[in-house]
Amino acid sequence: MYRETNRHFRFDWITIIIFLLLVGFGWLNILSASHVGETIDYFDFSQPYGKQLMFIALTVLLIILILSIESKFYERFSSIIYIVSMLSLVGLFIAGKNVNGATSWYAIGGMTIQPSEFAKAATALAVAKFLSDLQTDIKNFKDQIKAFIIIAIPAILILLQNDAGSTVVYASFFFVFYREGLPKIYLTLSLLLIFISVSSLKFGATITGIVFTILILAYHFTRRKKPRILQTLFAIATCLVLSFGIKFFYQNILQPHQQDRISLWLRLEKDPDKIAQMRRDILYNLYESEKAISSGGLTGKGFLEGTRTTGKFVPEQHTDYIFSTVGEEWGFAGTTFVVVLFVLLLLRILHLSELQKSQFSRVYGYSVASILFFHFMINIGMVMGLIPTIGIPLPFFSYGGSGLWGFTILLFIFIKLDSNRINEW
Amino acid sequence: MRQLLLFITIILVGVSFIARLFYLQVYNAEEHSLYDDNAIRKVYDYPKRGFVYDRNGKLLVANQPSYDVMVIPREVKPLDTLEFCSLLKIDIEQFKKIYNRAYHYSPRLPSVFVPQLSKEDYAALQEKMRKYEGFYIQKRSLRDYQTTIGANVLGYIAEATQYQIDNDPYYNMGDLIGKQGVELSYEEELRGVKGIKFIQKDRFNRDIGPYKDGIYDTVPQQGKDITISIDADLQEYGERLMQKKHGGIVAIEPSSGEILALVSAPTYDPNLLVGRQRSRNFTKLYNDTINRPLIDRGLLRMHEPGSPFKVFVSLVALQEHAITPETTLFCSGVYHYGRRGTMGCHCGGGKRDLVLGIAKSCNSYFANAFRKNIDLYPDAGKAMDIWSDHMKSFGFGNFLGYDLAIGKKGNIPDGAYYDKWYPDFNWGATTIISNSIGQGEVLVTPIQLANATAAIANKGYYYTPHIIKHIEGKPIDKKYTTKNQTTIDPKHFDPVIQGLFDVYNNGTAWFLKVPGIDVCGKTGTAENFTIIDGKRTQLTDHSIFIAFAPKDDPKIALAVFVENGYYGARWAGRIASLMIEKYLKGEVTLKQMEQMVLDKSLEEEYAKPYSGKPFTINN
Repeated sequence: MYRETNRHFRFDWITIIIFLLLVGFGWLNILSASHVGETIDYFDFSQPYGKQLMFIALTVLLIILILSIESKFYERFSSIIYIVSMLSLVGLFIAGKNVNGATSWYAIGGMTIQPSEFAKAATALAVAKFLSDLQTDIKNFKDQIKAFIIIAIPAILILLQNDAGSTVVYASFFFVFYREGLPKIYLTLSLLLIFISVSSLKFGATITGIVFTILILAYHFTRRKKPRILQTLFAIATCLVLSFGIKFFYQNILQPHQQDRISLWLRLEKDPDKIAQMRRDILYNLYESEKAISSGGLTGKGFLEGTRTTGKFVPEQHTDYIFSTVGEEWGFAGTTFVVVLFVLLLLRILHLSELQKSQFSRVYGYSVASILFFHFMINIGMVMGLIPTIGIPLPFFSYGGSGLWGFTILLFIFIKLDSNRINEW
Repeated sequence: MRQLLLFITIILVGVSFIARLFYLQVYNAEEHSLYDDNAIRKVYDYPKRGFVYDRNGKLLVANQPSYDVMVIPREVKPLDTLEFCSLLKIDIEQFKKIYNRAYHYSPRLPSVFVPQLSKEDYAALQEKMRKYEGFYIQKRSLRDYQTTIGANVLGYIAEATQYQIDNDPYYNMGDLIGKQGVELSYEEELRGVKGIKFIQKDRFNRDIGPYKDGIYDTVPQQGKDITISIDADLQEYGERLMQKKHGGIVAIEPSSGEILALVSAPTYDPNLLVGRQRSRNFTKLYNDTINRPLIDRGLLRMHEPGSPFKVFVSLVALQEHAITPETTLFCSGVYHYGRRGTMGCHCGGGKRDLVLGIAKSCNSYFANAFRKNIDLYPDAGKAMDIWSDHMKSFGFGNFLGYDLAIGKKGNIPDGAYYDKWYPDFNWGATTIISNSIGQGEVLVTPIQLANATAAIANKGYYYTPHIIKHIEGKPIDKKYTTKNQTTIDPKHFDPVIQGLFDVYNNGTAWFLKVPGIDVCGKTGTAENFTIIDGKRTQLTDHSIFIAFAPKDDPKIALAVFVENGYYGARWAGRIASLMIEKYLKGEVTLKQMEQMVLDKSLEEEYAKPYSGKPFTINN
């Protein structure tokens, strides 16, 4: 039925078009956020917008390369890719370059490469490979541990390089594991963890501990079929340990700037002067980015017309805070457009994943969606002040070669896998 | 169902993002304006304020540069306050006070820190200015008076008040605005339009160049020069004659309505209200409640007109056919009316017709004429309404509409006015007879009196008095070139003018003749009272005079009002003669009279009510 000549072009064009829109629109905003003065030389490679144009051009080559490789390659070599990627992370401890306090870059010639951006794709491949193995059963505790180790290795390596933001992204694999049959108790525990953390910080560890103990006891005594007393005691102990542990973690382990971010987010600080000062001093970026976004109004000030963007009021605007440029210059129309594009892209990937015949492709697609979703949620949420500041880029949008290539590889391996699903009997 | 978790989470996150964006960008959004954007620095370029010339082209008001130290409190960095204060010649306490006030006004917007530095202070400060972040120097233009006269006419400029800033978007904190005189009346012409430059700032508040290459910038438009109708020499002479006296002189050119001189005494040197001493001097002038130099007596001093008003009473009586020029009356030195009413007369007694009545200022004659006039109608209220309308056609009893922002209506009573006073309606001509000699309920201002005199000189019309003669590149308001007709026929003016002429021949001002000029005039002596310790106490009469000259081709009409100067010819009359000679000949030959007026001080007279001791009047 399918002619051989068409095989190479049976890619999911919807995904590709959304990808192109995001990259293109992203570049316009990088241009706006990074240009200086009134004249623009598009090929000025000393400027971020010029460099990004070069990165985009190289991305095209990268895409062609990815799509021309046989899709079986990715499944067969996933372990090796993973190991190589992990080694590249380890190598940072020896030859890494420190930028802004994080040792996450290799300097090669005039360029810098951030291996953690590529590790996401590698980890996704490894997870897919592991879960699609016929002998693996995620309901099995042993396999759960193994799966956890696969994601814990890159997460810990990256955390050790002092790049907490990128570490958080590995939590997104929870969605993948859950989809593939991780027991519900983990979901319950995760939600409980979030709930207890917030409550413990907001209302205090003692109150949280007491309330949860009462709740669990109530559950224990109202059930017709009595749960075992040991289970109940274990649950109570867990809750108490969690509520006091979180408080301890917040007060003694987190660094002051991280404390402030969370404190501001949960409105723990009551003194208005202190809050205002925190907003100005510590969260200067957030303050300015929110201001830039809200100054855009319904339709924005127009391309290259944003006064706060031109004045470079938002630091890091062309990287992590690029969304504030969209907000200022393109207004509500522009920001909604970007949000809708991302949601469509994510849903499209999810939809395609569910259609996959091979478990490997499905798990991989799910991983892609989960990783992109985490970036999308954390980055835009942060720029608008909905969640505490965590510095990670907006996929396809933010300035940066490694980021762009990392996400492109991540996405296009999936597009390649997807293009083959018909033939995979 | 497991597939749904991520699916639903994505949708929830997407929806909450859009909701948050809607809140930030649409629901909570502010209209974006370059003027409010704190990423854009607005730099104003103040144009030259227009010059003011007198009618002969003499420069009265020019400009001098001045330098304001401005502050944007939010941008102030710790500084060497001691050095800064010594450069600005203020102390630390003042520094804190001014800074706090500026911060309170707005931490983001510029406030004036120290206004109007002298050139020397500016030079010393300018070199060090870079060291003081958050402060900058704004150049402005201050007035530079080329003269010491006419403070009341020229007015002054000062910082716009908060109220003015709120109500007119043109003005910003620290901008100068005309507050009085022609500076106020012709503010829009004189100020020009300031230019604005938009400068893009970065987050460190550094300028990074013109916003959009300056396409929204505007260049300042220069203020227009104006020529005012004042004759500076005459004004100066009038102010000299009025020194040590209180009162006003208003001189008008009858053929155009141009105000030739508007003297208010006591006055002050306009240079006092310029520069850093401005506010101290202003307070001093403002608090001088005895001399009240800031009050323009020529425009604001309402008084009973006294005998000059007889002229207008007779004109109305002629128009209403209550009398003819031939109507005669024998004055016995006292006029009897009603059952017990009497009114004294100083005219010397004898047979009086209209011309002689005016010349001798016979109270009886005009009381009679007024009574006949009111008695023409069965209803005194109606008669008073008609009388009042005639009077108002001379510009009495209402604002004249001249181009200075202050004034008083005066008072011309009508029927309703007395109906209110006498609720039983039991009033008639005899009740209100004092109005016939300008001593009843009638109140006028010197400029109204001068204007009505111009109407007599013109035999029945006047041009609304105005101070403006010419505006660069723009015609003056039409209302100043349009005739206002009085309700009196021109023929009735001839006998009245003859009477006014005879005032100088055989009348009350026979000793005030100006050699070679036919002057028409009328003396006035107005009784007046004040309240001392709750008791109504009579003070020395006001000396009043109206005149115009020459008789056949009037070039100047004027009213002189000297507070507590005693009888009309004594000071007001002399001043009128001197002013007329000065204006028409350019020099004064009445040297003896001039010296007498210049030497006369009435300050003793003005001190009497405040002395707390008994005093005599009219001596």
